[in-house]
Amino acid sequence: MSAALSFRNLVVCALMIALVLLPVYVKVSGNIFVLTLFTRIVILGLAAVSLNLILGYGGMMSFGHAVYLGIGGYAVGILAHEGITSGFVQWPVAVAASAAFALVIGALSLRTRGVYFIMITLAFAQMAYYVIAGLARYGGDDGLTIYKRSQFFAPLDLTNKTQFYYVCLAVLFGAIYVTYRLVNSRFGLVIQGSRSNDVRMRAIGFPTYRYRLTCFVVAGMLCGLAGALIANNTDFVSPSMMYWTRSGDLIIMVVLGGMGSVVGPLIGAVALLVLEELLSGFTEYWQIILGPLLLLIVLFARGGIDGLLAKFSARVGA
Amino acid sequence: MTTLFFEQCLNGLQFGLLLFLLAAGLTLVFGIMDLVNLAHGSLYMIGAYFAATLTAWTGSFVVGALFALIGTLLVGMVIEVIVMRRLYGRDHLDHVLGTFGLILFFDELVRLIWGPEGLSLPLPSWLNTSVTIVPGFQYSAYRLAIIVVTLAVAAFLYVLVMRTRVGMLIRAGASNREMVGALGVNIKLLFTLVFGLGAALAGLAGMMQAPILTVQIGMGENILILAFVITVIGGIGSIRGAFIAALLVGFVDTLGRSYLPDLLRSILTPNAAATAAPALSSMLIYLVMAIVLVLRPEGLFPAVRK
Amino acid sequence: MNEPLLRVENLAKRFDGIVATDHLGLTVESGELHAVIGPNGAGKTTLISQLGGQLAPDSGRIYFAGSDITAMPMYRRGLLGLARSFQITSLFLDLSVLDNVTLAVQAHAGHSFRFWHDVRAEKALREPARAALARVGLSDRADRITSALSHGEHRLIELAMALAGRPRMLLLDEPMAGLGPEESARMVEMLRALKKELTILLVEHDMEAVFALADRITVLVYGRVIATGAPADIRSNAAVREAYLGEAEGTDHA
Repeated sequence: MSAALSFRNLVVCALMIALVLLPVYVKVSGNIFVLTLFTRIVILGLAAVSLNLILGYGGMMSFGHAVYLGIGGYAVGILAHEGITSGFVQWPVAVAASAAFALVIGALSLRTRGVYFIMITLAFAQMAYYVIAGLARYGGDDGLTIYKRSQFFAPLDLTNKTQFYYVCLAVLFGAIYVTYRLVNSRFGLVIQGSRSNDVRMRAIGFPTYRYRLTCFVVAGMLCGLAGALIANNTDFVSPSMMYWTRSGDLIIMVVLGGMGSVVGPLIGAVALLVLEELLSGFTEYWQIILGPLLLLIVLFARGGIDGLLAKFSARVGA
Repeated sequence: MTTLFFEQCLNGLQFGLLLFLLAAGLTLVFGIMDLVNLAHGSLYMIGAYFAATLTAWTGSFVVGALFALIGTLLVGMVIEVIVMRRLYGRDHLDHVLGTFGLILFFDELVRLIWGPEGLSLPLPSWLNTSVTIVPGFQYSAYRLAIIVVTLAVAAFLYVLVMRTRVGMLIRAGASNREMVGALGVNIKLLFTLVFGLGAALAGLAGMMQAPILTVQIGMGENILILAFVITVIGGIGSIRGAFIAALLVGFVDTLGRSYLPDLLRSILTPNAAATAAPALSSMLIYLVMAIVLVLRPEGLFPAVRK
Repeated sequence: MNEPLLRVENLAKRFDGIVATDHLGLTVESGELHAVIGPNGAGKTTLISQLGGQLAPDSGRIYFAGSDITAMPMYRRGLLGLARSFQITSLFLDLSVLDNVTLAVQAHAGHSFRFWHDVRAEKALREPARAALARVGLSDRADRITSALSHGEHRLIELAMALAGRPRMLLLDEPMAGLGPEESARMVEMLRALKKELTILLVEHDMEAVFALADRITVLVYGRVIATGAPADIRSNAAVREAYLGEAEGTDHA
């Protein structure tokens, strides 16, 4: 990945800087709504980045990735409900629970391929959905309200919107960096080789199953962390967080943004959610544009926005 | 006790047959065109909406249903020509993404045209009654009608696929589509017809369940997963597999939901049973699929030999 | 008396009633280029697959460098120094040429649970990879995306990947498959140069190449060895002539 001053790289840098400076803009303009919106964007961006690890780099098309949003979210919610509000307990539990679930689902699902893999990941996610929806103690279908956000050491106060935004942003940037190192490491090359031609990988001597499973678990953990953040953001968790169509939303973000790079999904999250905001201002039926838009991207702009930027950079010679 | 059991069995059969209609179209399209169509559930929904509207317009249940069937068939063929043709031969991921986009589109379109509330499809009086099957055992006439109609359709499909030239092309296409194309058959037309057939089956399922269950936005998404589960269990491309898997799923789901709570109550504490019952009942189907995939990763009767 | 580098004894393999390998025995001396030829269906690829570890024989033994490798898993044979190329090109088309060969090196360079350091900066992987590419003459293509290269270049990458692990012996399954006359000539020269450094078992249909390169030739028909010997002897062998000329057409695939 060259650090060349290409147009595409400049755009990405500008985006990152804009995200860092956002609260300043909010302070100056008084527009709190933007802060709320972008906190959500940053968190979902994290979820999308985690999905791209297995989808874009690993070639593992999971239609059940949103399940980790639910697991992470409910870890925080359930612990809060039972009186444990320390973030130092909640967040590690969220990540550990996601890891455990990913390990089990992955171990079973990764023995299948293609559409079977899609179906089985979807099915497991739905299983989790039904289990959580059946937990009457924790709100069942109606969801669970969280009365107290995760507590850390003072002066860190997650109820402070600006502080919380920066916490989310820090986690996102950290995750992007970790993912970047991961995909460029030996491990990352094995994962990409496995995506490209798994049979050949095994023929030249790689036991690919264990590497893909590890990748699957890491992605689940990152998404579980996003779930913990969502729980704090909305002060509420519900089973609908992990309904399979939510996994579809994440996939849209990844594809829209671009599967070929680590930041692509973030671009996708920003683009999708900002578009959603703008369009729903015009018409309440804006989703009618989103559907065909997705189809058009699949047919004509497979590399997503990031891909288009890269093509433009190459064309312009920047 | 036993009448309740028979009733649940018949319900399971009826549910299974309805699922078969849905899964048959899905597995046909997948087997022949190698196309993963998430929007199949949308066709199911469109069938239900058409039926509700047309029945209200024409005042007749049967006439309305017939026109709705034709309407869904046409919609299916239009989708095939405009969208699906561009997806053939591409990565399955592209299919999933593209047809997911179609789901979003249709959900919004339906909301635009019919509003967010959903519709109802009331039964005509001649169907809204009970039939005595065996003295002392009455069953809903409409559910019986569903069983009869779906069995007739299943028989029609059997005859179509096994005994006609078109069916032979379908079976050949399922195992080797390049060959069929190479033999000079008008593949484009065949594909359009097959997709239309799948759409009609989905629409029929949608409109038949409408009076019992629901006509609302998003109904396709809920049932689509079951259809896919059945396709996977039965083996992709196999209608026979879809039939058996659908019945299996229908029975397991219906009987499971009826009897599992009681079963749990006899093993666990009332509290635990109350918590576990709804979750486990819903999960049952997925457990079955997981078990089948572990034992037979290709499904029970895989038709596609690649 | 030198122990042959590869010794195959009484190898047998059936597929549902079809005998693919029929009590096959052969040896390959260290440093020789030993060609295996035979009409279609003779079981040549099946033999290579058993030697490489992709397929398990039903009975018989395979010895390499003195060790019994009959049941050894694929990747361990690679570690012992036995490498294989494939008849049907199966590369990582969306990765760069260098990445393709790097993976071949990486497979034998310890585990890959390394998550942090840039793999493209790892000398222990990059140098052997570049060396292998240099040997097949593709150094200037190292950073291109594999899908952009020609079929002939793909066959060379295939060879580079087999060379990447610095093997003692190469099992080459129809390296000329699908090559035009120029590319075939290039491949022959490549193999002639490699002959000096490694032992090679070559399965091929291209008779010109076979007779130009081979020190010894083994002829296979229906999974059985019908003759083994120097090229001149094979050319004049009656049983061989019958096996080939007895076929209707096209045994000389070039």
